[in-house]
Amino acid sequence: MPDSPAIAHGAPEPAHEEHPSYLRHHFNSVEQQADTAGFAMWLFLVTEVMFFSGLFTAYLIYRNWYYPAFVAGSHQLDVRWGTLNTLVLIVSSFTMAMGVWCAQTGRRRGLVLCLSLTCLLGLGFLGIKTIEYREKIEKHHVPGFHYSLQSFVDPQSEPEVYSEYHDKPLPPDMARHTELYFSLYFLMTGMHAAHMIIGVGILAFMILRARAGAYTSGHSTYVLNFGLYWHFIDIVWIYLFALLYLISRHQ
Amino acid sequence: MSATIVSLPDQSTARIPKVNYLTKENGILSWLLTGDHKRIAILYLISITFFFFIGGALAGLIRLELLTPRADLMATDTYNKVFTMHGVIMIFFFLVPSVPATLGNFLIPMMIGAKDLALPRINLLSWYLYMAGGILAIYTMAVGGVDTGWTFTTPLSTHYVNTNVITTGLAVFVAGFSSIFTGLNFIVTIHKMRAPGMTWFRLPLFVWSHYAASLLMVLGTPVLAIAIVLVALERTIGIGVFDPTKGGDPLLFQHLFWFYSHPAVYIMILPGMGVISETISTFSRKRVFGYTAVAFSSVAIAIFGFFVWAHHMFIMGISNYSVLIFSLLTMLVAVPSAIKIFNWTFTLYKGSITFETPMLYSFGFMGLFTIGGLTGVFLGSSGTDIHLTETYFIVAHFHFVMVGGMLMAFLAGIHFWWPKMTGRMYPEKLSQLAAVVTFIGFIFTFFPQFILGVLGMPRRYASYPPEFQVLNVFSTAGATILGVGYLLPVLYLVWSLKYGAVAGDNPWQATGLEWQTQSPPLTENFAEMPAMDHEAYDYEWLEVQNQKRQKEVNSAG
Amino acid sequence: MGKRTAAMRTNGMSGHNQLAHHIVGPRVYVVILFALLAGTGLTVWASFIDLGVWNPVIALAIATTKAVLVVLYFMHVRYSSKLTVLTVGAGIFMFLTLISLTLADYISRAWGNW
Repeated sequence: MPDSPAIAHGAPEPAHEEHPSYLRHHFNSVEQQADTAGFAMWLFLVTEVMFFSGLFTAYLIYRNWYYPAFVAGSHQLDVRWGTLNTLVLIVSSFTMAMGVWCAQTGRRRGLVLCLSLTCLLGLGFLGIKTIEYREKIEKHHVPGFHYSLQSFVDPQSEPEVYSEYHDKPLPPDMARHTELYFSLYFLMTGMHAAHMIIGVGILAFMILRARAGAYTSGHSTYVLNFGLYWHFIDIVWIYLFALLYLISRHQ
Repeated sequence: MSATIVSLPDQSTARIPKVNYLTKENGILSWLLTGDHKRIAILYLISITFFFFIGGALAGLIRLELLTPRADLMATDTYNKVFTMHGVIMIFFFLVPSVPATLGNFLIPMMIGAKDLALPRINLLSWYLYMAGGILAIYTMAVGGVDTGWTFTTPLSTHYVNTNVITTGLAVFVAGFSSIFTGLNFIVTIHKMRAPGMTWFRLPLFVWSHYAASLLMVLGTPVLAIAIVLVALERTIGIGVFDPTKGGDPLLFQHLFWFYSHPAVYIMILPGMGVISETISTFSRKRVFGYTAVAFSSVAIAIFGFFVWAHHMFIMGISNYSVLIFSLLTMLVAVPSAIKIFNWTFTLYKGSITFETPMLYSFGFMGLFTIGGLTGVFLGSSGTDIHLTETYFIVAHFHFVMVGGMLMAFLAGIHFWWPKMTGRMYPEKLSQLAAVVTFIGFIFTFFPQFILGVLGMPRRYASYPPEFQVLNVFSTAGATILGVGYLLPVLYLVWSLKYGAVAGDNPWQATGLEWQTQSPPLTENFAEMPAMDHEAYDYEWLEVQNQKRQKEVNSAG
Repeated sequence: MGKRTAAMRTNGMSGHNQLAHHIVGPRVYVVILFALLAGTGLTVWASFIDLGVWNPVIALAIATTKAVLVVLYFMHVRYSSKLTVLTVGAGIFMFLTLISLTLADYISRAWGNW
């Protein structure tokens, strides 16, 4: 076989007329660009997994060291709000997935509807979180800000919680460790909420672009990749809910 | 020593190509808003050099203080700040980005036959994040620095110092994201942007090394990020995760910190090893022995590197069983590195070896990295580590691998690809001299520190027992020589930009797609997109290319 | 839901690589939605029953099942390339490595509250 020069003619450049405006010049094809963007988003999500992993590690260690404190702490979280939030996020994942389908099949109005619903549900989640956080602030369960052990050394001082779980009073040193529980609660849900806020912000921008038809004329990559991010946030919450809210609701 | 493979074009007629990535656009904005990976590489090169000299100045201060047994040059608190900032700047603002962000950015697209990295705007963002972190680090020094050691060990950093832990942490956090995005970019690029025919096993080993290092960057750095966040919250709010009085465990920080910082050392060394594969091959005119083994060993180093982090914590209070497991795993991680050294040695065997500057640095690398790596095995053995840890033995160990290894590899790479990046050759005799001076300076600086460590001199102390003075004086003398050795390249490389010989496309007669285009390259790298049809390090193919080109020139003339 | 447009035909897909852009339809999504909702109900109900040491196991098992469903179907990993699967696997593997090796230290300490 004759030797061919290394700088042979590789794939010829696509003729400029069939070259979509959104194809960036360092890519050879729309396919390559979309493929690359998807892979890049997956890698980014992997970094996010590792970012949260430190918090999960801390959680697992301290839950096992201070189990009674973690149980008492989790009883202070309203499982109804938590469940509602979980349902909200799951439905929002569904609407997001439907949005991806709309984008892929060219359904502009459907896409706008789905993105708007997702956004609304996201805001709903954040709203519920605000309610929960406010309650924690009122009860002085925020570490570092006049944290109070009252609810744990004297559970009967909190009638609504006591009537549900009849917690025994914790000895003072174990009661102190509830602060660790709440530190991890605020850290993990706070980090999660921060990601939600960013997601909702991007969604708002995307809704505007979707209305203009940006994603339904063949270039649905953004919607697809944002969907990956949104589902990731959902998955994190699924674990947070199981770990923070459902420690032991049977007392 | 007079044999050389350098083949420069006829200097009376050779010119730097008028159209290249440097001349394509003008003006400061064309640089600050560029998407061109080569321009971003140059931006990094300038800023990295700047931070290197700041870190180097701090090193100079350390060595000056250690000339005498007493802490007489500066207050001990100040000394603590000096070595801390030396570590922070050298690691996060020099070593981690050095080869990947300069040479990796410049070369990877060219080596795989692509026009740019997959995500050019993310690439630019990486540089801005790096600069933001760097400026923050300098600001921290200006407002009083931090004195915890670059390792921010808890509970010292969370409860017992009033220095700027959070600001430094923020600087590192931001620089960490720069690193994450660079690694992400490289992984995506190498997977998705290879030219037709460029299969994984035809890639230059430089690309394999960067791929492995990028895996570490992407998977490890986020854990450092969360560790820093936790320290900041512990310091401000007092969340208690690292506070024993609240039930927390300071060792948790160390687990999270070293989970990144051990892979970090492989992030630092792997790209350098990639450079060495290229230079050893070129200057012995032989394909790298055992290509597959070297490629897989890079990935193996990356993977095993994630399982050994607690060898930095043997004396900190982890369980004895953990010590056993991590010690055993540490022994394993030495194997892939050793494989590389063996393969490079076999590459040299029966090769046509010449001693141009990149090769001198490469020889330096091989010797010094071997010593540094072996001493790492001593430290991985937990019994020995109890005696040697927190002494100058550790300091010598990591300086051998990082300075004798990584920095030499960086200089080898800069010299090797300088003609490609700038179109100019640097003065050979002067650069060879600088390489030798660096090597001598290095040995004098750091070899005595092994002895000091075994004798028991602790690290991170401004004062020491008088019987250690002689060795310390040797070390400081060596540091002076080393400083000269590092200064010279800056001077002659800058000089060469204007007055250096025109290099031509392929002055080293190296294989590799980057050498098949003009120097400096076009913005889009190749005039026509290449298709790869030969194996890596194929010197016969290169010979055929040259003959063909010669025929063309002859028939045209 | 808006009429289908010609855009669907010129979707930026060249004919030969349909797999990469496999379009998952609403029916799959609805099934998964109900599975996730059911899982949520199940896990909340289970947490109110005293199953001793199995409570956390069941909670995590249900959470993992839900997560797997989201990853496979909502995130299309079921229809994605080997590279995507490898990437997800690498992330999970590193996550588990950090947790397990760190916890191994805590479990095996002679002092401490295990």
